[in-house]
Amino acid sequence: MSAEEPRPQPAIRLAGLRRDYGDRAALDGVDLELAAGESLVVLGPNGAGKTTLLRVLGTLLRPSGGEVEVLGCALPREAWKLRGRIGYLGHEPLLYRDLSGRENLRFQARLHGIGAAPAEARIAALLAAVGMERRADERVAELSAGMRQRLSICRSVLHEPELLLLDEPDSNLDVEGRELARELIGPDSGSTRVVVTHDPERFLPEADRVLRLGIDELAAVS
Amino acid sequence: MTPSRVAFAAILGKDLRAELRTLQSLPAMALFSVTTFVIFRFGLDRTSLSGSLAAGVLWATLLFAAVLGINRLFVAEREEGGFDAIRLAPIDRSALFAAKVAALLVYLLALELVAVPIFAVFFLSSAASLPPLLAVLALADLGLAATGTLISSMAVNSRARDLLVPLVLLPLAVPLMIAATGATEPLMALGGPSYDRFGTWLMVLGLYDLIFALVGYAVFDFLLED
Repeated sequence: MSAEEPRPQPAIRLAGLRRDYGDRAALDGVDLELAAGESLVVLGPNGAGKTTLLRVLGTLLRPSGGEVEVLGCALPREAWKLRGRIGYLGHEPLLYRDLSGRENLRFQARLHGIGAAPAEARIAALLAAVGMERRADERVAELSAGMRQRLSICRSVLHEPELLLLDEPDSNLDVEGRELARELIGPDSGSTRVVVTHDPERFLPEADRVLRLGIDELAAVS
Repeated sequence: MTPSRVAFAAILGKDLRAELRTLQSLPAMALFSVTTFVIFRFGLDRTSLSGSLAAGVLWATLLFAAVLGINRLFVAEREEGGFDAIRLAPIDRSALFAAKVAALLVYLLALELVAVPIFAVFFLSSAASLPPLLAVLALADLGLAATGTLISSMAVNSRARDLLVPLVLLPLAVPLMIAATGATEPLMALGGPSYDRFGTWLMVLGLYDLIFALVGYAVFDFLLED
């Protein structure tokens, strides 16, 4: 009899996940397992619940039913244990318009408990990685949407998260921006990734798993 | 978990830096109070006020000016995604409540640095009531900041927040106003300040502060949930 290797705990485990908005179910019965380090691409038409799924995984929305386990934490009960381990890149850049990009990143670093000296070094490295060193001291309100997206990418990986939740990560980015962002949030970033996209051609080649959400249809994992 | 004092300092510093840069709340609050004093001066046709009338004019003006700042307290968090960024961070959410109370407290103190001297010039015959008034201002500001932060966090997700804040805040502020005017009235009495029941009113203000600080601390986490 051969001793079986203990099965590693999945980074994400969903069983019958449901999320309602009033009478309408945005997610209904989503089942999924994603191993640590894998990339999941989430596809589906508008209104299929892709962003809702990301927000549930990111502890920003409570599930209405089913089981949700992220990085070993059962949600919503253990959401507090999960905070700080997730990098979230949503539709909104989550940057204060009246602060500069650098000030925003310093603020985020302090919220994540990163000391001043390591934070400065990390911020400088990230700004250089996305080509924003020269514009980092301008107010966010004065920057283009693409530049805000670059800063938002820096914000989402500043604390070196284990899990990246990326909602249309390429939106507003030019070709150069996409290539630079790939270094930080691409499949070689070392993090488990969940990518919501309307551009399967771009993201499917780097996907380990694909989740297709449909309106009034069961979610399908491949 | 990031220590709460670090999160508190970060959020407070961010709020004050943004306000200093944009001046969205403070000038409006100060201008409102000065304009209201001018209206009272000509509306009442009096160059000097004392007792309950003086206390009422001062506190009604400060309260309505405070509403302008309270309305905007969480707007950046709501409109620029700051709530999500804070909810994703490993911090005790009561640090956000405490930092917002502190930011509002700073706004109120800055408002009073402008409004109270102008009130004294417009309506008081002597400045003798001003030193003891500082204790009343400090305690009333703390209560108003705690209540205002709580109400503002509840109203910010509503499209009708400009209506909701005064509609909910003003009834809750009635006990605070009764105590603040009760403490201020003898200080501005004709013939110089007296301290009749001054200590009692200060204790009532302190109790109000304590109750709303504890209520805010207890429910704020729940208010941030979706």
